[in-house]
Amino acid sequence: MNTIAQRIADFLKNHPPFNILDFQDVLAISKRIDVLYVEPKTFVFNINEPIANAFYVVKEGGIGLYRTNNQLVDQCDEGDIFGLRALMRDGLYKLSAQALEECVLYRISSDILEKYITSNSEANRVLLKMFASNTLISTKETWDTTPKDALTPILDFTEEQSANFSKNPIQCIETTSIQKAAKLMTLHRVGSIIITENKKPIGIITDKDLRSKIATGETKITESVKIIMSSPVKTFPENISISEAQIAMLTYKITHLCITKDGSPNSELTGILSEHDIVVIRENNASGLVKEIKRTNSIEQLASIKLRSEKLLERYMQQKLPISFIAKIISAINTALTDQAITFVLQTLESTPPVTFSWLAIGSQGRHEQLLRTDQDNCLVFENVAAKDYQATQIYFLNFAQKVNDALHTIGFEYCPANMMANNPKWCLSVSEWQKQFTNWISTPDPDNLMLCTIFFDFDLVYGNEKLVNELTEIIFKAIKSHDIFLNHLGVNALKNPPPLSFFRNFLVENSGEHQDQFDIKARAMMPLVDAARLLILSKNEAGFNNTIARYERLITLEPQNKDVYDACLNSFKDLLFFRTQQGLTNNDSGRFINLQALSKADRLDLKQTFRAVKAVQELIQTRYQLAQFL
Amino acid sequence: MAWFKKHPQPDFWMRYKNTFLGKQPNELSAIRFVLFDTETTGLNLNNDRILSIGAVSFKDGVIKISDQFECYLEQSVFNSQTVAIHGLVRTGKHHKMDEFEALERFLNYIKNAVLVAHHAAFDVGMINNVLKRHHLPKLKNTVLDTSFIYKKTKSQSVSDTHYSLDYLIKEFHIPEHDRHTASGDAYITALLFAKLLSLLKNKHPDLNLSHLKTQKKRIGLL
Repeated sequence: MNTIAQRIADFLKNHPPFNILDFQDVLAISKRIDVLYVEPKTFVFNINEPIANAFYVVKEGGIGLYRTNNQLVDQCDEGDIFGLRALMRDGLYKLSAQALEECVLYRISSDILEKYITSNSEANRVLLKMFASNTLISTKETWDTTPKDALTPILDFTEEQSANFSKNPIQCIETTSIQKAAKLMTLHRVGSIIITENKKPIGIITDKDLRSKIATGETKITESVKIIMSSPVKTFPENISISEAQIAMLTYKITHLCITKDGSPNSELTGILSEHDIVVIRENNASGLVKEIKRTNSIEQLASIKLRSEKLLERYMQQKLPISFIAKIISAINTALTDQAITFVLQTLESTPPVTFSWLAIGSQGRHEQLLRTDQDNCLVFENVAAKDYQATQIYFLNFAQKVNDALHTIGFEYCPANMMANNPKWCLSVSEWQKQFTNWISTPDPDNLMLCTIFFDFDLVYGNEKLVNELTEIIFKAIKSHDIFLNHLGVNALKNPPPLSFFRNFLVENSGEHQDQFDIKARAMMPLVDAARLLILSKNEAGFNNTIARYERLITLEPQNKDVYDACLNSFKDLLFFRTQQGLTNNDSGRFINLQALSKADRLDLKQTFRAVKAVQELIQTRYQLAQFL
Repeated sequence: MAWFKKHPQPDFWMRYKNTFLGKQPNELSAIRFVLFDTETTGLNLNNDRILSIGAVSFKDGVIKISDQFECYLEQSVFNSQTVAIHGLVRTGKHHKMDEFEALERFLNYIKNAVLVAHHAAFDVGMINNVLKRHHLPKLKNTVLDTSFIYKKTKSQSVSDTHYSLDYLIKEFHIPEHDRHTASGDAYITALLFAKLLSLLKNKHPDLNLSHLKTQKKRIGLL
């Protein structure tokens, strides 16, 4: 009996990563814990001290983690883990840990960590995530080893798609020559061949092997397939779902899955599922809806498709597909819906448009980042016309826009409460009028104008003349070039929402209004990342990147020296978008306001990590634009 | 001289005794402390019996959960009035052992550690009475009392006041887990001891074991 260990286990079991372990394991860990009482101001460890063979869990009190210049990086309280650098086994502490108040700490040795925690893949993932959130910026490796999608249980989705694998896969035995295998593959027009022994799969050769091992001259074609085959093979059961298959491919970095009777490598091979098969199924599904949209002949039909697309979103979220994938699909459907609505409206008009025009989605719609409760944010640009014709042309397009806005409303896109819609005379202009407007905003960057820039500069062509959009883009970059100071102002604007550092202790919640005591995930976590990405990409003179994920991806290419920061931003933004969408689906709202008390520790941890990213990119901006003087 | 003894001393006692052969360290960081508590059928040293013993060790600022002790004793004396406090009924869920086995295990565990308990006189007295019933000498360990150490942290003399563990738990913000189980109280006492040591070390940077000991005359009262 060990009553004390029981009590410690009762505490630990509520906190990640211990909450993932079996209680017996938590108990075993608890039996070997050291309990430390630490006085306020005492250092648990210091920067550049050799890493101890243990890490710490805060039982009571608070620990501050500091960088060299005494800058508080993080604050840990009840249930938080710190000192995870012990995972590295070697080296020096990068931060110092000081008690902010009286603390009781649990010290857990690295051996126990390895025995019980890192051996559990799910717990290990959480642990790595924690390590990343305790260091300022996670390393690429940390992100890579945390395939969020791969380890969460996948819901079966029989109604949607079951993986339709190819039956009777092409096979040979291990003494077959490479040449003969290649001929078989060519004959059957397949990209892979499976090497079997007594009908059980023992290896696989794909086109890539032939390219990298044969065409390079490394191995002769007369050799046996055994020499170049990948072995052993990953095998999966026949009832594997599409998302499971996709995730398996991502996890193991393979392009073909062997399907066996019972899913184990020791049973009979029954099929093969290639990456290509999945792409085909996936595309059919998303493009199926889009095709259906093209075939509709009424607004009401579009409304029903919009509803179905929301169900699709829900299902994708349940399957925990990558959020960037989900966003692309949903945006593609929304764009197709708008496109079709515009086509309908054009058909009902008595006269064709006097000049060409473009219908643009703006703001989060333009960035393809609003997946739920989509409201309309749009504007219209038409070709320049003679001054005498301007008024009549604008009236024509305003009338047209009103009909489109109404149609979109019928389909299920709410009217924009701030009236940022093309039926507003302010947002339905010719190219040269837009140019005046943009130049005015850029040359007079007061808070109102800056706010408009952050909405209207994120536009995306939905329908119409692409040339006009390119002109608008050019106008923006030209204007920015001749008004250097604008980017500094945009920089200040991007820093107006600093990340909450002490997130757990002092909940940074709204202190009044309808969402009192809730956390505004959009304003406090997502917008800072969105604003930073926009500023940085504008400063790079890079057109065509109007989406936060795409912007950070581009920034990684442009500034490899800041890859760590941008990687963290990119991943954090994906996490937040996923999280917000999930929250919205759960609570049947926009997902913008979150009740922190109701969050799991793991979710809080994810949120906390995103603040590290926000902080890092804001520091980068502050340094780059020397904004200290502005702030 | 062994023929003078009516009762031969058991092996475990000899082993226990031998742990005291070397010189005992005086600097606190080198000492193994054992924080312990007994739950008893009552407060009468002579008539009441031990129901359970809980203990955990403390060395150089660290409470070692891996170095703990817990046992439950078979009871011949049963006092229904104290059941409400410790919750131990005669037929509990724990594995129970007889007094002699518990004694052997306890001594094997404590060795020459410095024993610490809250109002230690009572707990040590209970153990010594067990020893006596089995014709063995008293405990040889140095004993510290957290209620006495607490008084040392106060500037004025407060020696006559009685400070209960409950009072100190509140004073030092120690969570009341498993209060009134031997292990729970031992652990709470360990946290209290850690806090008291920190406080005293701030006052006296060269604090050593001698400073913590109760005056001799008080020991004599045991």
